[in-house]
Amino acid sequence: MRAGTPSSSARDDERVLQTWIGRVLRAGVVSAALVGLVGGAIYLSRHGTAWPDYATFHGVPAGLDTVHGIVRGALEGRGRWITQLALLILIATPVARVAMSAVAFARERDGIYVGVTLVVLALLLYSFLGGRL
Amino acid sequence: MTILTATLGIAAVSFGAGLLGSLTGLGGGVVLVPLLTLVFHVHLRYAVGAALVSVIATSSGAAAAYVREGYTNIRVAMILEIATVIGALAGAYAAGFVSPRLLAFAFAVVLLFAAYRSLRPQQDHSTTAAADSLATRLRLNGTWPAPGGEQPYTVHHVPAGFAIMSVAGAISGLLGIGSGALKVLALDQAMRLPFKVSTATSNLMIGVTAAASAGIYLRRGYVDPGLAFPVMIGVLAGALVGARLMTAARTRFLRGLFTVVIVVLAAEMLIRAARGGFQ
Repeated sequence: MRAGTPSSSARDDERVLQTWIGRVLRAGVVSAALVGLVGGAIYLSRHGTAWPDYATFHGVPAGLDTVHGIVRGALEGRGRWITQLALLILIATPVARVAMSAVAFARERDGIYVGVTLVVLALLLYSFLGGRL
Repeated sequence: MTILTATLGIAAVSFGAGLLGSLTGLGGGVVLVPLLTLVFHVHLRYAVGAALVSVIATSSGAAAAYVREGYTNIRVAMILEIATVIGALAGAYAAGFVSPRLLAFAFAVVLLFAAYRSLRPQQDHSTTAAADSLATRLRLNGTWPAPGGEQPYTVHHVPAGFAIMSVAGAISGLLGIGSGALKVLALDQAMRLPFKVSTATSNLMIGVTAAASAGIYLRRGYVDPGLAFPVMIGVLAGALVGARLMTAARTRFLRGLFTVVIVVLAAEMLIRAARGGFQ
């Protein structure tokens, strides 16, 4: 921490936020990679023969396309669902970063940026949930 | 082809894309979709789903490093994320109604734009001239850790930056890429942030932009874990290794090589689409 710089408390708040953003992003990516490797190992050990047909588009099996379905399948120990959970953790990582920024701006009593951050967060949640879980 | 060999093959190619993307600073995401569709014959919709997820992984990894070093302008990112997220939602919705063939054409155009941008010299447009009143009211001006110590800079043309960012968001949502080239263009040339601050701030924004589209992609069934995970882990590993290998001397040659690869892939996509491929 640089001592003696002007408005050092505002700068300290900024540094704390930066540190936490860095930690959340790194933790999200690392945990997604680890969970995915576990799921991938289960998937490959059980279905190691036929390569699925990705040349024509037919979506994904039911339950792999909703937050609720992914969590339920993962809890049952199904490899593809655990791998999809890993991708869900990854997608949720930037969302967590935005949520954390909202808290930090609120602590700084920075009204404009609390508003801005909440708008972004609402749009992201809309994309994720689209009116249903 | 068994699942195991296909998975390893896809992870290996993705590793190469992540490595080159990181060494050249151009990002690996833009070559993934052409590689998956042209080499592995994956349908465009699955390919964009897998590429978008990998973009979140690499940009978050890079953003984590930049933000801790103090390069990132978090307020600029927050304001512009409104634009990129709205653009991304619109783009991702539109992607469902546009034919894969038309998307392939659009993709080739974006590839050529990325190649053109990569050939231009990187120039710093930063300034300490009086900031725009809007930038001052939003407290966007900042400092960055330059080699000689903390350097102040001012922010300009916020509305223009906002407009370019909404286009960047829409392209990201439509094609499943980070559109980092367009984001850096807005930050660096329109808003005149220092080059390193532009790159760092763009990386932070790419994750949020991609997450907005990814939610819609996931619900539409574009994200298949059997394909998206090997791509993501391969690109991520490639980007990490690339960040360690980084040496200035080889970068110019690699940028040239990567640009040639991008142009060849763009041409191949155009030819396929013109012949009625990508159904």
